[in-house]
Amino acid sequence: MKSITRAKPIETVIRALEGYERVFIAGCGTCATMCHTGGVNEVAQMRAALEEAGKLVTGTLVIPTACDAVTYECLEQNKQALEDAQVVLVMSCAFGVQTVAGYAGRPVQPALDTLFFGLEDQPGHFSEVCMQCGECVLAYTGGICPITACHKGLLNGPCGGTNDGKCEIDNTIDCAWTLIYNRLKEIGRLDLMEQFYEPKNYQAMPKPGKVVIEVEAGEES
Amino acid sequence: MTQPFRDALKSGKFVVTSEIGPPKGTNLDTMIHHIGLLKDVVDGMNVTDNQSSVMRYPSLGGALLVKEHGGEPILQMTCRDRNRMALEGDLLFAHSRGINNVLCLTGDAVPVGDHKEAKAVFDLDSSQLLYTIRTMEKGKDLGDNDLDGTIDFCAGAIVTPEANPPEPQLMKFKKKVRAGAEFIQTQAIYDMENFKRFMEYARQFDVKILAGIILLTSHRMAMYMNKNVPGVFVPQNLIDEMKAAPKGTKVAKGIEIAGRQVRQIKEEGICDGVHIMAIGKEEVVPDILQAAGIG
Repeated sequence: MKSITRAKPIETVIRALEGYERVFIAGCGTCATMCHTGGVNEVAQMRAALEEAGKLVTGTLVIPTACDAVTYECLEQNKQALEDAQVVLVMSCAFGVQTVAGYAGRPVQPALDTLFFGLEDQPGHFSEVCMQCGECVLAYTGGICPITACHKGLLNGPCGGTNDGKCEIDNTIDCAWTLIYNRLKEIGRLDLMEQFYEPKNYQAMPKPGKVVIEVEAGEES
Repeated sequence: MTQPFRDALKSGKFVVTSEIGPPKGTNLDTMIHHIGLLKDVVDGMNVTDNQSSVMRYPSLGGALLVKEHGGEPILQMTCRDRNRMALEGDLLFAHSRGINNVLCLTGDAVPVGDHKEAKAVFDLDSSQLLYTIRTMEKGKDLGDNDLDGTIDFCAGAIVTPEANPPEPQLMKFKKKVRAGAEFIQTQAIYDMENFKRFMEYARQFDVKILAGIILLTSHRMAMYMNKNVPGVFVPQNLIDEMKAAPKGTKVAKGIEIAGRQVRQIKEEGICDGVHIMAIGKEEVVPDILQAAGIG
Protein backbone atom coordinates (compact mmCIF):
# COMPACT_ATOMS: atom_id res chain seq x y z
CA MET A 1 0.00 0.00 0.00
CA LYS A 2 1.34 3.38 -0.97
CA SER A 3 0.58 6.96 -0.15
CA ILE A 4 -0.83 8.45 -3.34
CA THR A 5 0.05 12.08 -4.00
CA ARG A 6 -0.63 14.77 -6.60
CA ALA A 7 1.61 17.75 -7.27
CA LYS A 8 0.25 21.13 -6.28
CA PRO A 9 0.23 23.53 -9.25
CA ILE A 10 3.67 25.15 -9.57
CA GLU A 11 2.08 28.62 -9.21
CA THR A 12 0.68 27.55 -5.84
CA VAL A 13 4.10 26.29 -4.73
CA ILE A 14 5.84 29.50 -5.80
CA ARG A 15 3.16 31.63 -4.11
CA ALA A 16 3.62 29.64 -0.89
CA LEU A 17 7.35 30.38 -1.01
CA GLU A 18 6.81 34.13 -1.19
CA GLY A 19 9.15 35.91 1.20
CA TYR A 20 11.72 33.10 1.06
CA GLU A 21 14.73 33.33 -1.21
CA ARG A 22 16.76 30.25 -0.25
CA VAL A 23 15.05 26.88 -0.55
CA PHE A 24 16.12 23.29 0.15
CA ILE A 25 14.15 20.65 -1.77
CA ALA A 26 13.51 17.16 -0.35
CA GLY A 27 11.86 14.41 -2.41
CA CYS A 28 11.01 10.84 -1.46
CA GLY A 29 12.34 7.65 -3.03
CA THR A 30 9.32 5.51 -2.19
CA CYS A 31 5.67 6.42 -2.76
CA ALA A 32 6.25 9.85 -4.31
CA THR A 33 8.78 8.35 -6.72
CA MET A 34 6.23 5.72 -7.75
CA CYS A 35 3.58 8.45 -8.25
CA HIS A 36 6.06 10.55 -10.27
CA THR A 37 5.50 13.44 -7.89
CA GLY A 38 8.67 13.51 -5.77
CA GLY A 39 11.38 11.33 -7.35
CA VAL A 40 14.75 12.31 -8.82
CA ASN A 41 13.24 13.73 -12.02
CA GLU A 42 10.53 15.73 -10.32
CA VAL A 43 12.97 17.18 -7.81
CA ALA A 44 15.27 18.27 -10.68
CA GLN A 45 12.30 19.83 -12.50
CA MET A 46 11.27 21.64 -9.34
CA ARG A 47 14.79 22.96 -8.89
CA ALA A 48 14.75 24.38 -12.42
CA ALA A 49 11.30 25.92 -11.94
CA LEU A 50 12.27 27.58 -8.68
CA GLU A 51 15.53 28.91 -10.10
CA GLU A 52 13.59 30.34 -13.01
CA ALA A 53 11.31 32.00 -10.45
CA GLY A 54 14.39 33.65 -8.93
CA LYS A 55 14.90 31.37 -5.94
CA LEU A 56 18.28 30.12 -4.77
CA VAL A 57 18.14 26.35 -4.30
CA THR A 58 20.71 25.56 -1.58
CA GLY A 59 20.50 21.82 -2.16
CA THR A 60 18.28 18.90 -3.12
CA LEU A 61 17.89 15.42 -1.76
CA VAL A 62 15.69 12.43 -2.48
CA ILE A 63 15.25 10.78 0.92
CA PRO A 64 14.93 6.98 0.51
CA THR A 65 11.69 6.85 2.53
CA ALA A 66 10.77 10.29 3.84
CA CYS A 67 8.45 8.99 6.54
CA ASP A 68 11.18 6.77 8.02
CA ALA A 69 13.41 7.62 10.99
CA VAL A 70 16.43 7.44 8.64
CA THR A 71 15.24 10.81 7.31
CA TYR A 72 17.08 12.40 10.21
CA GLU A 73 20.47 10.93 9.13
CA CYS A 74 19.81 11.97 5.53
CA LEU A 75 19.11 15.53 6.55
CA GLU A 76 22.17 15.52 8.82
CA GLN A 77 24.36 14.59 5.86
CA ASN A 78 23.01 17.65 4.06
CA LYS A 79 23.31 19.87 7.10
CA GLN A 80 25.10 22.77 5.44
CA ALA A 81 22.69 23.07 2.50
CA LEU A 82 19.78 22.75 4.89
CA GLU A 83 21.11 25.45 7.19
CA ASP A 84 21.65 27.76 4.25
CA ALA A 85 17.98 27.49 3.38
CA GLN A 86 15.16 29.53 4.91
CA VAL A 87 12.56 26.91 4.04
CA VAL A 88 12.35 23.23 3.06
CA LEU A 89 10.09 22.32 0.15
CA VAL A 90 9.03 18.71 0.69
CA MET A 91 7.98 16.64 -2.30
CA SER A 92 6.56 13.68 -0.40
CA CYS A 93 3.24 12.70 1.11
CA ALA A 94 2.04 14.46 4.25
CA PHE A 95 3.65 11.77 6.36
CA GLY A 96 7.08 12.67 4.97
CA VAL A 97 6.37 16.39 5.34
CA GLN A 98 5.58 15.87 9.03
CA THR A 99 8.74 13.80 9.52
CA VAL A 100 10.95 16.39 7.82
CA ALA A 101 9.23 19.18 9.78
CA GLY A 102 10.23 17.45 13.00
CA TYR A 103 13.93 17.55 12.10
CA ALA A 104 14.39 20.55 9.83
CA GLY A 105 14.35 23.32 12.43
CA ARG A 106 12.82 25.69 9.88
CA PRO A 107 9.51 26.09 8.06
CA VAL A 108 8.48 23.35 5.64
CA GLN A 109 6.21 23.70 2.63
CA PRO A 110 4.42 20.70 1.11
CA ALA A 111 4.74 20.59 -2.67
CA LEU A 112 2.22 17.73 -2.95
CA ASP A 113 -1.32 16.98 -1.86
CA THR A 114 -1.82 13.59 -0.27
CA LEU A 115 -4.90 11.93 -1.79
CA PHE A 116 -5.27 8.46 -0.31
CA PHE A 117 -3.57 5.22 0.53
CA GLY A 118 -3.87 2.88 -2.41
CA LEU A 119 -2.46 0.51 -4.95
CA GLU A 120 -1.14 0.92 -8.47
CA ASP A 121 -3.35 -1.63 -10.28
CA GLN A 122 -1.74 -0.94 -13.64
CA PRO A 123 0.99 1.53 -14.60
CA GLY A 124 -0.23 5.01 -13.74
CA HIS A 125 -3.59 3.83 -12.37
CA PHE A 126 -3.93 4.26 -8.63
CA SER A 127 -6.92 3.07 -6.59
CA GLU A 128 -7.81 3.61 -2.99
CA VAL A 129 -8.27 0.35 -1.12
CA CYS A 130 -9.00 1.24 2.50
CA MET A 131 -10.15 4.33 4.36
CA GLN A 132 -9.23 2.86 7.73
CA CYS A 133 -12.75 3.23 9.11
CA GLY A 134 -12.03 1.20 12.23
CA GLU A 135 -14.83 -1.33 11.74
CA CYS A 136 -14.11 -3.65 8.83
CA VAL A 137 -17.14 -4.75 6.79
CA LEU A 138 -15.33 -6.76 4.11
CA ALA A 139 -16.80 -10.03 5.38
CA TYR A 140 -20.24 -8.89 4.22
CA THR A 141 -19.28 -7.41 0.88
CA GLY A 142 -17.25 -10.10 -0.83
CA GLY A 143 -13.98 -8.42 0.04
CA ILE A 144 -14.81 -5.16 -1.80
CA CYS A 145 -14.95 -2.14 0.50
CA PRO A 146 -18.12 -0.02 0.10
CA ILE A 147 -16.83 2.59 2.55
CA THR A 148 -13.92 3.23 0.19
CA ALA A 149 -15.19 2.28 -3.26
CA CYS A 150 -18.70 3.81 -3.02
CA HIS A 151 -18.68 7.60 -3.36
CA LYS A 152 -21.27 7.85 -0.58
CA GLY A 153 -19.82 5.03 1.54
CA LEU A 154 -23.19 3.26 1.60
CA LEU A 155 -23.67 0.03 3.55
CA ASN A 156 -27.01 -1.23 2.29
CA GLY A 157 -26.68 -1.41 -1.46
CA PRO A 158 -26.51 1.03 -4.36
CA CYS A 159 -28.04 4.50 -4.48
CA GLY A 160 -30.38 5.51 -7.29
CA GLY A 161 -27.59 7.33 -9.09
CA THR A 162 -25.86 4.22 -10.36
CA ASN A 163 -26.11 3.68 -14.10
CA ASP A 164 -24.94 0.73 -16.18
CA GLY A 165 -22.69 -0.35 -13.34
CA LYS A 166 -21.02 3.06 -13.09
CA CYS A 167 -21.01 5.78 -10.44
CA GLU A 168 -23.28 8.84 -10.43
CA ILE A 169 -20.33 11.21 -10.16
CA ASP A 170 -18.17 9.79 -12.94
CA ASN A 171 -19.08 7.21 -15.58
CA THR A 172 -15.49 5.97 -15.67
CA ILE A 173 -15.73 4.84 -12.03
CA ASP A 174 -17.33 1.48 -11.26
CA CYS A 175 -20.35 1.42 -8.96
CA ALA A 176 -19.01 -0.33 -5.86
CA TRP A 177 -22.36 -1.99 -5.19
CA THR A 178 -22.56 -3.43 -8.69
CA LEU A 179 -19.08 -4.92 -8.12
CA ILE A 180 -20.16 -6.22 -4.71
CA TYR A 181 -23.36 -7.68 -6.16
CA ASN A 182 -21.42 -9.47 -8.91
CA ARG A 183 -18.83 -10.80 -6.45
CA LEU A 184 -21.42 -12.03 -3.94
CA LYS A 185 -23.38 -13.66 -6.74
CA GLU A 186 -20.23 -15.36 -8.00
CA ILE A 187 -19.42 -16.79 -4.55
CA GLY A 188 -23.03 -17.73 -3.85
CA ARG A 189 -23.49 -15.32 -0.94
CA LEU A 190 -26.15 -12.86 -2.15
CA ASP A 191 -27.82 -13.50 1.22
CA LEU A 192 -25.21 -11.12 2.67
CA MET A 193 -26.55 -8.32 0.49
CA GLU A 194 -30.09 -9.02 1.64
CA GLN A 195 -29.11 -8.31 5.22
CA PHE A 196 -29.86 -4.89 6.66
CA TYR A 197 -26.89 -3.13 8.19
CA GLU A 198 -27.66 -0.71 10.99
CA PRO A 199 -26.07 2.75 11.08
CA LYS A 200 -22.30 2.46 11.21
CA ASN A 201 -20.20 3.48 14.19
CA TYR A 202 -18.23 6.40 12.80
CA GLN A 203 -16.38 6.78 16.10
CA ALA A 204 -14.76 3.35 15.75
CA MET A 205 -11.90 5.10 14.00
CA PRO A 206 -9.96 6.95 16.70
CA LYS A 207 -9.51 10.62 15.81
CA PRO A 208 -6.79 11.62 16.21
CA GLY A 209 -5.61 8.07 15.48
CA LYS A 210 -3.57 6.74 18.34
CA VAL A 211 -3.38 3.17 19.56
CA VAL A 212 -1.16 1.77 22.29
CA ILE A 213 -0.57 -1.97 22.43
CA GLU A 214 1.33 -3.90 25.05
CA VAL A 215 4.61 -5.18 23.69
CA GLU A 216 6.37 -7.90 25.66
CA ALA A 217 9.99 -7.41 26.60
CA GLY A 218 12.28 -8.77 23.90
CA GLU A 219 9.71 -8.21 21.18
CA GLU A 220 10.61 -4.57 20.70
CA SER A 221 12.21 -3.89 17.40
CA MET B 1 -53.98 13.36 14.75
CA THR B 2 -55.50 12.89 11.31
CA GLN B 3 -53.28 11.31 8.65
CA PRO B 4 -54.88 12.19 5.31
CA PHE B 5 -52.13 10.72 3.13
CA ARG B 6 -51.80 7.45 5.06
CA ASP B 7 -55.61 7.16 5.06
CA ALA B 8 -55.65 7.67 1.29
CA LEU B 9 -53.06 4.91 0.86
CA LYS B 10 -55.04 2.58 3.07
CA SER B 11 -58.38 3.38 1.47
CA GLY B 12 -57.49 1.55 -1.73
CA LYS B 13 -58.31 4.59 -3.85
CA PHE B 14 -56.01 5.59 -6.71
CA VAL B 15 -53.53 7.89 -4.96
CA VAL B 16 -51.99 10.93 -6.63
CA THR B 17 -48.97 12.80 -5.32
CA SER B 18 -47.00 15.62 -6.86
CA GLU B 19 -43.94 17.64 -6.16
CA ILE B 20 -43.15 21.15 -4.97
CA GLY B 21 -39.64 22.49 -5.39
CA PRO B 22 -38.63 25.15 -2.87
CA PRO B 23 -37.02 28.29 -4.31
CA LYS B 24 -33.40 29.34 -4.25
CA GLY B 25 -33.96 32.29 -1.97
CA THR B 26 -36.74 33.55 0.23
CA ASN B 27 -39.28 34.53 -2.42
CA LEU B 28 -41.98 31.95 -1.73
CA ASP B 29 -44.62 33.39 -4.09
CA THR B 30 -44.29 30.76 -6.84
CA MET B 31 -44.23 27.94 -4.32
CA ILE B 32 -47.34 29.25 -2.58
CA HIS B 33 -49.02 29.62 -5.97
CA HIS B 34 -48.22 25.99 -6.81
CA ILE B 35 -49.43 24.77 -3.43
CA GLY B 36 -52.75 26.55 -4.08
CA LEU B 37 -53.09 24.89 -7.49
CA LEU B 38 -52.34 21.41 -6.23
CA LYS B 39 -53.69 21.12 -2.70
CA ASP B 40 -57.17 20.03 -3.73
CA VAL B 41 -56.21 17.78 -6.64
CA VAL B 42 -53.49 15.61 -5.07
CA ASP B 43 -53.34 13.46 -1.93
CA GLY B 44 -49.89 14.66 -0.97
CA MET B 45 -47.18 17.03 -2.10
CA ASN B 46 -43.53 16.04 -1.89
CA VAL B 47 -41.33 18.93 -0.85
CA THR B 48 -37.86 18.34 -2.26
CA ASP B 49 -34.72 18.56 -0.11
CA ASN B 50 -31.86 20.43 -1.81
CA GLN B 51 -32.82 18.53 -4.94
CA SER B 52 -29.96 17.53 -7.25
CA SER B 53 -27.59 18.76 -4.52
CA VAL B 54 -28.57 22.36 -5.29
CA MET B 55 -28.91 24.50 -2.15
CA ARG B 56 -32.46 25.79 -1.71
CA TYR B 57 -35.06 26.83 0.86
CA PRO B 58 -35.29 23.80 3.15
CA SER B 59 -37.78 20.99 2.66
CA LEU B 60 -38.86 21.29 6.28
CA GLY B 61 -39.76 24.96 5.78
CA GLY B 62 -41.48 24.11 2.51
CA ALA B 63 -43.46 21.32 4.15
CA LEU B 64 -44.68 23.73 6.85
CA LEU B 65 -45.71 26.14 4.13
CA VAL B 66 -47.74 23.41 2.42
CA LYS B 67 -49.39 22.69 5.76
CA GLU B 68 -50.13 26.37 6.42
CA HIS B 69 -51.77 26.65 3.01
CA GLY B 70 -54.04 23.68 3.49
CA GLY B 71 -52.08 20.96 1.68
CA GLU B 72 -50.76 17.60 2.84
CA PRO B 73 -46.95 17.69 2.75
CA ILE B 74 -44.64 14.73 2.19
CA LEU B 75 -41.34 15.85 3.67
CA GLN B 76 -38.39 14.67 1.59
CA MET B 77 -35.31 14.04 3.68
CA THR B 78 -31.92 13.16 2.23
CA CYS B 79 -28.92 11.86 4.16
CA ARG B 80 -26.43 13.98 2.23
CA ASP B 81 -26.45 17.17 4.29
CA ARG B 82 -27.21 16.11 7.87
CA ASN B 83 -25.87 13.49 10.23
CA ARG B 84 -28.10 11.22 12.29
CA MET B 85 -28.46 13.75 15.11
CA ALA B 86 -29.65 16.50 12.77
CA LEU B 87 -32.04 14.14 10.96
CA GLU B 88 -33.49 12.85 14.24
CA GLY B 89 -33.96 16.41 15.49
CA ASP B 90 -35.72 17.39 12.26
CA LEU B 91 -38.02 14.37 12.61
CA LEU B 92 -38.98 15.50 16.14
CA PHE B 93 -39.65 19.01 14.87
CA ALA B 94 -41.62 17.84 11.82
CA HIS B 95 -43.85 15.64 13.96
CA SER B 96 -44.42 18.40 16.52
CA ARG B 97 -45.64 20.68 13.73
CA GLY B 98 -48.10 18.23 12.24
CA ILE B 99 -46.11 16.92 9.31
CA ASN B 100 -47.28 13.33 8.87
CA ASN B 101 -45.29 11.98 5.96
CA VAL B 102 -41.62 11.51 5.19
CA LEU B 103 -39.91 10.28 2.04
CA CYS B 104 -36.49 8.84 2.90
CA LEU B 105 -33.74 9.32 0.34
CA THR B 106 -30.00 8.79 0.34
CA GLY B 107 -29.55 11.97 -1.69
CA ASP B 108 -27.63 12.87 -4.83
CA ALA B 109 -23.86 13.21 -4.66
CA VAL B 110 -22.43 16.62 -3.79
CA PRO B 111 -20.41 17.05 -7.02
CA VAL B 112 -23.54 16.98 -9.22
CA GLY B 113 -24.89 20.10 -7.51
CA ASP B 114 -24.01 23.76 -7.05
CA HIS B 115 -21.87 23.53 -3.89
CA LYS B 116 -19.12 21.37 -5.31
CA GLU B 117 -16.73 21.87 -2.38
CA ALA B 118 -19.24 20.97 0.34
CA LYS B 119 -18.58 18.10 2.73
CA ALA B 120 -20.96 15.20 2.05
CA VAL B 121 -22.39 13.53 5.14
CA PHE B 122 -24.11 10.19 4.37
CA ASP B 123 -23.92 9.19 8.04
CA LEU B 124 -27.08 7.18 7.26
CA ASP B 125 -28.53 5.82 4.03
CA SER B 126 -32.17 5.77 2.93
CA SER B 127 -32.94 2.38 4.48
CA GLN B 128 -31.22 3.38 7.73
CA LEU B 129 -33.29 6.59 7.81
CA LEU B 130 -36.44 4.45 7.58
CA TYR B 131 -35.05 2.30 10.39
CA THR B 132 -34.39 5.47 12.40
CA ILE B 133 -38.02 6.56 12.05
CA ARG B 134 -39.33 3.17 13.14
CA THR B 135 -36.86 3.13 16.07
CA MET B 136 -37.92 6.59 17.22
CA GLU B 137 -41.58 5.61 16.95
CA LYS B 138 -40.85 3.03 19.63
CA GLY B 139 -39.62 5.81 21.91
CA LYS B 140 -35.85 5.54 21.47
CA ASP B 141 -33.30 7.55 19.52
CA LEU B 142 -30.34 6.01 17.70
CA GLY B 143 -28.21 6.41 20.82
CA ASP B 144 -30.73 4.14 22.61
CA ASN B 145 -31.91 7.01 24.78
CA ASP B 146 -35.57 7.45 25.77
CA LEU B 147 -37.60 10.12 23.98
CA ASP B 148 -39.96 12.33 25.95
CA GLY B 149 -42.74 12.34 23.38
CA THR B 150 -42.37 10.21 20.31
CA ILE B 151 -43.09 10.48 16.59
CA ASP B 152 -45.42 8.81 14.07
CA PHE B 153 -44.86 9.03 10.35
CA CYS B 154 -46.21 7.55 7.17
CA ALA B 155 -42.75 6.81 5.80
CA GLY B 156 -41.80 6.01 2.25
CA ALA B 157 -38.87 5.64 -0.08
CA ILE B 158 -38.09 5.41 -3.78
CA VAL B 159 -37.07 2.78 -6.29
CA THR B 160 -35.67 2.89 -9.82
CA PRO B 161 -37.42 0.01 -11.61
CA GLU B 162 -35.47 0.50 -14.85
CA ALA B 163 -32.00 0.59 -13.30
CA ASN B 164 -29.28 -1.41 -15.00
CA PRO B 165 -28.46 -3.90 -13.57
CA PRO B 166 -31.90 -4.17 -11.89
CA GLU B 167 -31.16 -6.84 -9.25
CA PRO B 168 -29.19 -4.68 -6.78
CA GLN B 169 -31.96 -2.03 -6.91
CA LEU B 170 -34.61 -4.66 -6.26
CA MET B 171 -32.64 -5.93 -3.27
CA LYS B 172 -32.44 -2.39 -1.93
CA PHE B 173 -36.18 -1.99 -2.54
CA LYS B 174 -36.82 -5.09 -0.44
CA LYS B 175 -34.59 -3.74 2.31
CA LYS B 176 -36.49 -0.46 2.34
CA VAL B 177 -39.80 -2.26 2.68
CA ARG B 178 -38.44 -4.41 5.48
CA ALA B 179 -37.00 -1.31 7.20
CA GLY B 180 -40.52 0.10 7.31
CA ALA B 181 -41.46 1.82 4.04
CA GLU B 182 -45.25 2.05 3.71
CA PHE B 183 -45.14 3.57 0.24
CA ILE B 184 -42.70 3.70 -2.63
CA GLN B 185 -42.58 6.40 -5.28
CA THR B 186 -40.74 5.23 -8.38
CA GLN B 187 -38.31 6.98 -10.66
CA ALA B 188 -40.03 8.05 -13.89
CA ILE B 189 -41.44 5.16 -15.87
CA TYR B 190 -42.42 5.37 -19.53
CA ASP B 191 -42.36 1.76 -20.68
CA MET B 192 -45.46 0.16 -19.19
CA GLU B 193 -44.44 -3.40 -20.08
CA ASN B 194 -41.17 -2.99 -18.17
CA PHE B 195 -43.06 -1.43 -15.29
CA LYS B 196 -45.57 -4.28 -15.19
CA ARG B 197 -42.67 -6.71 -14.84
CA PHE B 198 -41.37 -4.70 -11.89
CA MET B 199 -44.85 -4.70 -10.35
CA GLU B 200 -45.01 -8.49 -10.56
CA TYR B 201 -42.01 -8.49 -8.22
CA ALA B 202 -43.21 -5.61 -6.04
CA ARG B 203 -46.66 -7.12 -5.48
CA GLN B 204 -45.09 -9.72 -3.19
CA PHE B 205 -44.59 -7.01 -0.60
CA ASP B 206 -47.00 -5.15 1.61
CA VAL B 207 -46.23 -1.68 0.30
CA LYS B 208 -48.09 0.85 -1.84
CA ILE B 209 -46.44 1.72 -5.14
CA LEU B 210 -46.89 5.10 -6.80
CA ALA B 211 -45.55 5.18 -10.36
CA GLY B 212 -43.34 8.15 -11.20
CA ILE B 213 -44.57 10.27 -14.09
CA ILE B 214 -42.33 13.00 -15.48
CA LEU B 215 -43.95 15.43 -17.92
CA LEU B 216 -42.17 15.41 -21.28
CA THR B 217 -41.83 18.89 -22.77
CA SER B 218 -39.83 18.06 -25.91
CA HIS B 219 -38.24 15.11 -27.67
CA ARG B 220 -34.85 16.59 -26.77
CA MET B 221 -35.71 16.42 -23.10
CA ALA B 222 -36.58 12.75 -23.54
CA MET B 223 -33.28 12.07 -25.28
CA TYR B 224 -31.40 14.02 -22.62
CA MET B 225 -32.98 11.93 -19.87
CA ASN B 226 -32.19 8.69 -21.67
CA LYS B 227 -28.57 9.75 -21.87
CA ASN B 228 -28.09 11.42 -18.51
CA VAL B 229 -30.67 10.39 -15.93
CA PRO B 230 -29.89 7.05 -14.31
CA GLY B 231 -32.72 4.53 -14.64
CA VAL B 232 -34.92 6.63 -16.94
CA PHE B 233 -35.81 5.08 -20.28
CA VAL B 234 -38.13 6.87 -22.70
CA PRO B 235 -39.05 4.48 -25.55
CA GLN B 236 -38.50 5.60 -29.14
CA ASN B 237 -42.23 5.73 -29.96
CA LEU B 238 -42.76 8.43 -27.30
CA ILE B 239 -39.72 10.37 -28.53
CA ASP B 240 -41.20 10.23 -32.04
CA GLU B 241 -44.60 11.32 -30.78
CA MET B 242 -43.07 14.35 -29.05
CA LYS B 243 -41.02 15.16 -32.13
CA ALA B 244 -44.05 15.01 -34.43
CA ALA B 245 -46.04 17.47 -32.30
CA PRO B 246 -46.13 20.90 -34.00
CA LYS B 247 -44.17 23.72 -32.39
CA GLY B 248 -46.14 25.40 -29.63
CA THR B 249 -48.03 22.21 -28.82
CA LYS B 250 -45.17 20.24 -27.25
CA VAL B 251 -46.31 20.76 -23.66
CA ALA B 252 -49.88 19.88 -24.65
CA LYS B 253 -48.53 16.67 -26.20
CA GLY B 254 -46.55 15.95 -23.04
CA ILE B 255 -49.71 16.45 -20.97
CA GLU B 256 -51.58 14.10 -23.29
CA ILE B 257 -48.90 11.40 -22.98
CA ALA B 258 -48.67 11.74 -19.19
CA GLY B 259 -52.48 11.70 -18.93
CA ARG B 260 -52.62 8.59 -21.08
CA GLN B 261 -50.05 6.85 -18.86
CA VAL B 262 -51.89 7.77 -15.66
CA ARG B 263 -55.18 6.57 -17.17
CA GLN B 264 -53.66 3.24 -18.21
CA ILE B 265 -52.09 2.68 -14.77
CA LYS B 266 -55.39 3.43 -13.10
CA GLU B 267 -57.65 1.51 -15.46
CA GLU B 268 -55.46 -1.59 -15.54
CA GLY B 269 -54.78 -1.36 -11.82
CA ILE B 270 -51.05 -1.69 -12.50
CA CYS B 271 -50.11 -0.07 -9.18
CA ASP B 272 -51.65 1.97 -6.37
CA GLY B 273 -51.29 5.47 -7.74
CA VAL B 274 -48.97 7.94 -9.40
CA HIS B 275 -46.38 10.50 -8.39
CA ILE B 276 -46.34 13.32 -10.93
CA MET B 277 -43.15 15.31 -11.33
CA ALA B 278 -43.80 18.30 -13.55
CA ILE B 279 -40.41 19.90 -12.79
CA GLY B 280 -41.13 23.63 -12.97
CA LYS B 281 -44.48 23.19 -14.75
CA GLU B 282 -46.54 22.38 -11.66
CA GLU B 283 -49.45 24.40 -13.02
CA VAL B 284 -50.17 21.69 -15.61
CA VAL B 285 -50.58 18.87 -13.06
CA PRO B 286 -54.38 19.43 -12.92
CA ASP B 287 -54.42 19.23 -16.75
CA ILE B 288 -52.58 15.89 -16.67
CA LEU B 289 -55.11 14.55 -14.17
CA GLN B 290 -57.97 15.84 -16.30
CA ALA B 291 -56.46 14.17 -19.37
CA ALA B 292 -56.33 10.97 -17.31
CA GLY B 293 -59.98 11.31 -16.41
CA ILE B 294 -59.26 12.05 -12.75
CA GLY B 295 -60.57 15.13 -10.98
